[in-house]
Amino acid sequence: MRVNFTVNGRPQEADDVWEGESLLYVLRERLGLPGSKNACEQGECGSCTVRLDGVPVCSCLVAAGQAEGRDIVTVEGLADHAKQRAGHSGCGTGSCGPADASASLDGADGRPTRGTDSHTGEGTELAPIQQAFIDAGAVQCGFCTPGLLVAADEMLERNPNPSDADIREALSGNLCRCTGYEKIMDAVRLAAARQGEAV
Amino acid sequence: MPSNGAPLGTPTKVTQASRTKGGIGESTLRPDGTLKVTGEFAYSSDMWHEDMLWGQILRSTVAHAEIVSIDTSEALALPGVYAVMTYDDLPTDVKNYGLEIQDTPVLAHGKVRHHGEPVAIVAADHPETARRAAAKIKVEYRELPVVTDEASATAPDAILIHEGRDDHHIGHVSHPNIVHRQPIVRGDAAAAAARADVVVRGEYTFGMQDQAFLGPESGLAVPEEDGGVHLYIATQWLHSDLRQIAPVLGLPESKVRMTLSGVGGAFGGREDLSMQIHACLLALRTGKPVKIVYNRFESFFGHVHRHPAKLTYEHGATRDGKLTHVKCRIVLDGGAYASASPAVVGNASSLGVGPYVVEDVDIEAIALYTNNPPCGAMRGFGAVQACFAYEAQMDKVAAELGMDPVEFRQLNAMEQGTLLPTGQPVDSPAPVAEILRRVKAMPLPPERQWESSEGADVRQLPGGLSNTTHGEGVVRGIGYAVGIKNVGFSEGFDDYSTAKVRMEVIAGEPVATVHTAMAEVGQGGVTVHAQIARTELGVSQVTIQPADTQVGSAGSTSASRQTYVTGGAVKNSCELVREKVLEIGRRKFGSYHPAWATAELLLEGGKVVTDGGEVLADLVDVLDEDSCVEVEAEWRHRPTEPFDLRTGQGNGHVQYSFAAHRAVVEVDTELGLVKVIELACAQDVGKALNPLSVIGQIQGGTTQGLGVAVMEEIIVDPRTAKVRNPSFTDYLIPTILDTPTIPVDVLELADDHAPYGLRGIGEAPTLSSTPAVLAAIRNATGLELNRTPVRPEHLTGT
Repeated sequence: MRVNFTVNGRPQEADDVWEGESLLYVLRERLGLPGSKNACEQGECGSCTVRLDGVPVCSCLVAAGQAEGRDIVTVEGLADHAKQRAGHSGCGTGSCGPADASASLDGADGRPTRGTDSHTGEGTELAPIQQAFIDAGAVQCGFCTPGLLVAADEMLERNPNPSDADIREALSGNLCRCTGYEKIMDAVRLAAARQGEAV
Repeated sequence: MPSNGAPLGTPTKVTQASRTKGGIGESTLRPDGTLKVTGEFAYSSDMWHEDMLWGQILRSTVAHAEIVSIDTSEALALPGVYAVMTYDDLPTDVKNYGLEIQDTPVLAHGKVRHHGEPVAIVAADHPETARRAAAKIKVEYRELPVVTDEASATAPDAILIHEGRDDHHIGHVSHPNIVHRQPIVRGDAAAAAARADVVVRGEYTFGMQDQAFLGPESGLAVPEEDGGVHLYIATQWLHSDLRQIAPVLGLPESKVRMTLSGVGGAFGGREDLSMQIHACLLALRTGKPVKIVYNRFESFFGHVHRHPAKLTYEHGATRDGKLTHVKCRIVLDGGAYASASPAVVGNASSLGVGPYVVEDVDIEAIALYTNNPPCGAMRGFGAVQACFAYEAQMDKVAAELGMDPVEFRQLNAMEQGTLLPTGQPVDSPAPVAEILRRVKAMPLPPERQWESSEGADVRQLPGGLSNTTHGEGVVRGIGYAVGIKNVGFSEGFDDYSTAKVRMEVIAGEPVATVHTAMAEVGQGGVTVHAQIARTELGVSQVTIQPADTQVGSAGSTSASRQTYVTGGAVKNSCELVREKVLEIGRRKFGSYHPAWATAELLLEGGKVVTDGGEVLADLVDVLDEDSCVEVEAEWRHRPTEPFDLRTGQGNGHVQYSFAAHRAVVEVDTELGLVKVIELACAQDVGKALNPLSVIGQIQGGTTQGLGVAVMEEIIVDPRTAKVRNPSFTDYLIPTILDTPTIPVDVLELADDHAPYGLRGIGEAPTLSSTPAVLAAIRNATGLELNRTPVRPEHLTGT
């Protein structure tokens, strides 16, 4: 079958989709968007979390056909999504702007230096939550990161000043095996604080 | 031998002034961070190749059986299927693999020994086609009785899991279903027991834990024009994989090229091979690239787990609180194949009494062959199981003596110079009493945190949003534990690493390039390597090349060893590069300034400077645009030796890592629900090369220890040896709601034998976390609780 939907603001068309394929499979294997991750493929780990018409869902549990005509945001589109949101709310501080080119070398103390480690993706435009995950040390192996970013970004959209209990509740569907979640808490707190400063 | 001619194990003592920005000691950020947050970082399951096929493995549905027949005809007839292979299709006489003992069949040969053993493999043009084809393969089994525990494994008439064993352990085990046995005897435990005023005995059970890394086993094998294959893979040790893969394929190692893909966590579960050989076999058979990705169900069968264990302990102490002796017997279930079992036995026995002074010990550890799932490496192996038991014992002895459990531990705490049960002196700081003091001194979380002006916030209570209590029946408990873990590969293993470092001028800037085969699995080795290069070479620009087999072995990302050993190799190669650069500088500029010959010279901020800070030359002037200095060298830590097979004596370990935990729990005693409120940790790390990463490792390790304390266990049916919960629905790992705040107090007491004085840190926090939580639950409930994980029924007695 053919599936038409919008992914990260662009109309997409997937052909020869077998009816049993999940949205996750179509994103990863047919559209070249492997950012959404395949950690459990049974809706338990949240690493495949995407926004489906704004709502965070496990894309492994969404049949590809169910996405017909819908609007999807994946981790690959998170920076654009945040930028648009900031545009609507009049973010003029630049906190949603391009990541500092020295991201790979910046200390947690924030002092910039010039970094040129290869293949670091430096200069990439990042959403505030993405930058906060890097700065707070919330990324280790990184496999849970895309799903957590989508979920955390959605929570901060709804709840700009979350309590710790709010953060834990919102992210309870996203498993992380590396960090013990402390740095993830730090990252979300950091993103919320920066968001607050920017308003 | 080291190629630089340095004596074996000499630590590289010279530390450049770390005034170069981004060097060691700073919390520089991950070089792969941006790619990981944008979704662009390519994990092994993200690999894609035009025209690629998908591989699928058919696994046994029973644990122990003879294979009567395999019929692949229907599978082969399915449109879209390119190949189906069984044991009979293996190309060479080498049909087994294994880390130490090559006892694991690539595909089952006439027999399966555990539930989920690979029997056949399929390649097809769609993963679902491959799955359906695998389901059409008909395998007829004749079931055999299952061996599931020590009694059934070592009975006189026990069925042998592996007949005709000829490995190097068979000579010192009492039964062929025992993989390895390590006794350790020092002093006279029986005589010492007579001096004891109190003697405490206990039997403990440790459940089977899964690494549960989130990135599933996966990779892409691409056939190459020279008849070889290129494998893109997530592993912990490229060269170990290569050594096992190439002979099965019938290829020289030079024709099996391996590149590390993004690794979604490891924790020991990627030390053994999983789909590597299968993907290569299918690629070579079909002439097409083949990708294999396990789903979570298969992942539970596709890697080894943490050894479940039965531990029997006897501790004695005098009335004034001094340990007299420890006797213990540790039985580890290795499952159907050996994997890392011998090393697990070595750790469990040699660290079996914990970080305490005990002169008289009588220890025995064994690993069994059974039909249970194979068990091998997982974070802290051997030491984790022992720590759970000896720390429970320490609490019991303290209670028996009427002493404070922390004071009792401090009274018996190991120090620098203490002898291990193996007779090996601990020859670096061992701040066991101090980390206990620190963790105890941390402020306690306030009581009844769930209370708010709007009533109880159930999210802060046991049971959480299930809304099972508003505080009724909830009791707080506090528990402590401390542990000791060896760092690096022990028992005489040649535990070296290799680093290639290049320095050159690019676009008017001095640039260093570091190339190793180290598996970055999330721990942050790539961050640290760049920091070391900046510190040693005084440049800000460092390129970390992708890990592959084009450079020498880095050893395994295991045993908390990579920052020590590959970090040491990077440091060593940087020093050799520095010497060469300075040599060039002396030739070019030596006549202009006497300091070139007389002063201690450093590379700093892109310049050659004297130790007094005088600038002698810019690196860009020393190195021409088109000249570069490159060194590839192996580096070794101090050698170790095997443990004596009868007495267990020997200098088997390289280094130790110590962590202590204080757990605060709240238990709903009516429902048996536990909420861990806080899990504080103090750890000596020697030197924190990257403090942010250090804290991240400690918090992550602590959380895995929490998991096996209260929820994580692979349940194996004792009648059938089949796994009952191979999913994240039924095998629970801690969520962000289950995980408490984890305050960390980091000590930095240098180990003079190690580069920068650092200690391997990744595993120690996994040890003491579990017994601390158990101690806190005991403290809250008064129950004995001799097994982990603790389930609600253990607390309610229902």
